[in-house]
Amino acid sequence: MGVKAEPWQKAEIAGPKKALLILKPEVVAAMVKRAKRPLLIVGHLAPEEYSDGTKMIDYAIRMSRTAGVPVVATAHTTSEFVKRKFHPTAWMSAMDIANRLKDPEWSGLDGRGSYDLAMFMGLPYYMEFVVLAGLKHFSTDLKTISLDRFYNPHATWSFPNLSVKDWNENFETLLNKLGGK
Amino acid sequence: MRPLSKKDLLMKIKELKTDVGTIKDLEVSFGRIFDEEWEEPVGPTPFPSITDLREWDFKLLNRYKPFYLPFCDVCCLCTFGKCDLSEDKRGACGLNMAAQQSRIVLLACCIGAATHTAHARHLVEHLIEKYGRNSPLDVGGLNIDVEAPVTRLVCGLRPKTLKDLEDALDYCEEQVTHLLSATHTGQEGSNLDFESKVLHAGMVDQVGMEIADLAQISVYGFPKADPEANLTDLGFGIADISKPTILVIGHNVPSSIGIVDYLTDKGLLGKVEVVGICCTAHDITRYSRMAKIVGPISWQLRYIRSGLADLIVVDEQCIRADTLVEAQKVKAPVIASSPKNCLGLENRTASPPKDVISELVEEKVPGVLILDPDKVGEVAVETVMAVAPQRKKLKIIPEIEEIIAAAQECTQCNECMRACPNNMPIPEAMKAAAEGDLNPLAEILESCIGCARCDSACPNDFPLHSFIVKAGEDRLWEEKFKMRVGRGAIQDVEIREVGGPVVLGEIPGVVALVGCANYPRGGKEVAEIAEEFAKRRFIVVTSGCAAMSIAMVKDEEGKTLYEKYPGSFDAGGILNVGSCVSNPHIAGAAIKIASIFAKRKLRANYEEIADYILNRVGAVGVAWGAMSQKAASIASGFWRLGVPVIVGPHGSKYRRMLLGREDKEEDWYVYDARTGDKVYGGPAPEHLFTTAETKEETMVMIAKLCMRPNDTTKGRAIKLTHYIDLHKRLYGVMPKDIHLFVRNKADVPITMKNEILTILEEKGWKERRIPDPTLLPRLIRKRKGD
Repeated sequence: MGVKAEPWQKAEIAGPKKALLILKPEVVAAMVKRAKRPLLIVGHLAPEEYSDGTKMIDYAIRMSRTAGVPVVATAHTTSEFVKRKFHPTAWMSAMDIANRLKDPEWSGLDGRGSYDLAMFMGLPYYMEFVVLAGLKHFSTDLKTISLDRFYNPHATWSFPNLSVKDWNENFETLLNKLGGK
Repeated sequence: MRPLSKKDLLMKIKELKTDVGTIKDLEVSFGRIFDEEWEEPVGPTPFPSITDLREWDFKLLNRYKPFYLPFCDVCCLCTFGKCDLSEDKRGACGLNMAAQQSRIVLLACCIGAATHTAHARHLVEHLIEKYGRNSPLDVGGLNIDVEAPVTRLVCGLRPKTLKDLEDALDYCEEQVTHLLSATHTGQEGSNLDFESKVLHAGMVDQVGMEIADLAQISVYGFPKADPEANLTDLGFGIADISKPTILVIGHNVPSSIGIVDYLTDKGLLGKVEVVGICCTAHDITRYSRMAKIVGPISWQLRYIRSGLADLIVVDEQCIRADTLVEAQKVKAPVIASSPKNCLGLENRTASPPKDVISELVEEKVPGVLILDPDKVGEVAVETVMAVAPQRKKLKIIPEIEEIIAAAQECTQCNECMRACPNNMPIPEAMKAAAEGDLNPLAEILESCIGCARCDSACPNDFPLHSFIVKAGEDRLWEEKFKMRVGRGAIQDVEIREVGGPVVLGEIPGVVALVGCANYPRGGKEVAEIAEEFAKRRFIVVTSGCAAMSIAMVKDEEGKTLYEKYPGSFDAGGILNVGSCVSNPHIAGAAIKIASIFAKRKLRANYEEIADYILNRVGAVGVAWGAMSQKAASIASGFWRLGVPVIVGPHGSKYRRMLLGREDKEEDWYVYDARTGDKVYGGPAPEHLFTTAETKEETMVMIAKLCMRPNDTTKGRAIKLTHYIDLHKRLYGVMPKDIHLFVRNKADVPITMKNEILTILEEKGWKERRIPDPTLLPRLIRKRKGD
């Protein structure tokens, strides 16, 4: 497992403030458990198959079901969720959900207020990079986690660049740890 | 407001002897003779200054608030810095992150506006020098009365000859200078004021582009608003490579025209191939049927490295900076022809052509700079005819055996993939290549934007882009398509016929597919979007690289979309207006709907026309592969006019969106011009600038963003039908926001009535009135108590 805080797309340098590395998936589990209002945002790359046949979207569904985290599907990803008999809490563009997340007065998807933890997976790397930057600079009291296989430096926390195998193992551990919630 | 009068007649007298004495070096200038024949009175904002339309901008920005997406935490534009702007810090100059990001957007739009304006200035000066200041402007003969809708709207000018364009150009140059100056350290401090200036830059950009196309259409005799403009050949495989081949790249066409004219004058037509890449290719095919198009900007490297061009002529904009380096590898001489892109070459404009030709042919120099388009023509043609037989189409695309051997040495370090903008699986493809299977590499070519960052990143110095090109070579050679050449403006009569249906919503929208070729998954998606909406009887307008990508797909019968769909500005049409500088014909169509169909006053009446378009004309711009600063300023020109723009995922790197919030009811109230009441108009259009992640998302968003508060019930039902149908097909579910767009039950599409009425009931929906919408209090015809 690589441990360098190095952006996957090498030119995507963030600046002085960059994501803390998730070296142990237990950290993510603890943050999800500690969060009062977590949210999982899933982009259109999530249904793409990894070399070992796994798909991020299946992990997203398991995570949502295990930890009770609401899911926002971006782009047309909702159709892939529906095919799997899973109905995301909402679907909207990545820009729309990020624009709402930065608003401390947003009433949330359920009318119960804004969120304190936003986790991202399955967006194009460079797009997630700038979306996370927008949230880093313009949201208040929001922590972000990049759950993709690549280090994304504008998040609060991010996995390092991982092999498919390592990412799968991390996610399995994460789901096991979340099971206790 | 800037004064209307400008220098029109300048008289210089070296020495004047009179009875009272001798006057030396007398210089007298007369003010511009104002267009007294134009009955339309001058509107409120002729030649608007950078603050004259600020109130309108703030109305837009109040609804469509900026969402900033910084690349990094710092500002590094002055020696105070770098300044860390994270966590709400301010830089040494006092600027915060929001202002810094809007400043970057303004810089980008100034670059774009300056580029188009300088392009226009060059063209106008060149054409005046060659054809005279009194050359008449004619973009459509009797079919067009409103010849320059943007210039009329912004400047209050009605240009009739080339010299009339100079006033508008003076204005553009002055405004760009003011705008650029605002980005200096210690100038503007408010992000919203920066944003207002961004919109101003976009508006100025539209004027600059309009002037450029107006001049070249008129003087060069390009198609004049012709829906049946001829079909031209497009594709990698269209050139007859047995002939000497000149490749022209760029945007500013005079040097390419110099080539065609020289071939014509010398009776050499048919002896030499002239092929083009990017907008110069658009414009040379508007000029001559002998010219052909290779493809969009991403085709530069693959064509040069394939050795097909025996000589390369570059003008300006979007040209690879390493063209000379790449050309030298295949021994193709380069002629640079623009002062903006000299490539370090010696200026040989004043040299006898024979000398220059012999030096190029004998490879004494790799290229030359020639700033006279006619001389470019002579040197290019004579050189290519001598060079082609000795070059023998020398290429640097490797043979398959070389690729396999390199692949076997590949260490799978992933550097190529990490450098690739689209994260293409090059290492996996190399692994397959090592086993002799080149298909995965060939597949990468489909989505390759031709940047060759993989080449630069490879620690083994493998020319990976060339490997990809070789692997996909067979498909490249099959690229032979037909594209309708740029027709130019939209006829006034077309506007009269569709103005009503567009404003009432019965033609569900105008979709403008424009911009560069920085696509996430290849250009095919642009063609798919175009066909989807043409089939749905929207009006599909296109320009630039997007227009080329639309041509690069064939159906089962071998026909491209340009062969299947009419080129008229009507429901179901797919019309190519031309190059980048033709984009104002699209904005102009929206403006002309307001002026010709709705009879709103046009002259220097920007705010009212933009208000009309925002509230009534269901037009949406899509720049699926937007890359450049020019694309940013083009988009900005549409925003100020009230036309929303969607960009593809790479467009998120423009670092600022203008987003509405459909969940904030208070943002969507408009005045009912009949009564002055404030009425909920719905989130229509919901955004002014946003990024879509996928083609499917774009399609749904297009349908949604075409809705306008003014839609009639019939029109809204049609628009809702498309929105809901696309949403259900592509998202697999009903949209959740239908209730925001249904004003009364007559808006509900009849085929979905029961389903939608159930949803409305669940949402607690209440009927509301359809306003005569405006954001401008001064347009309210009758107030309460009047």
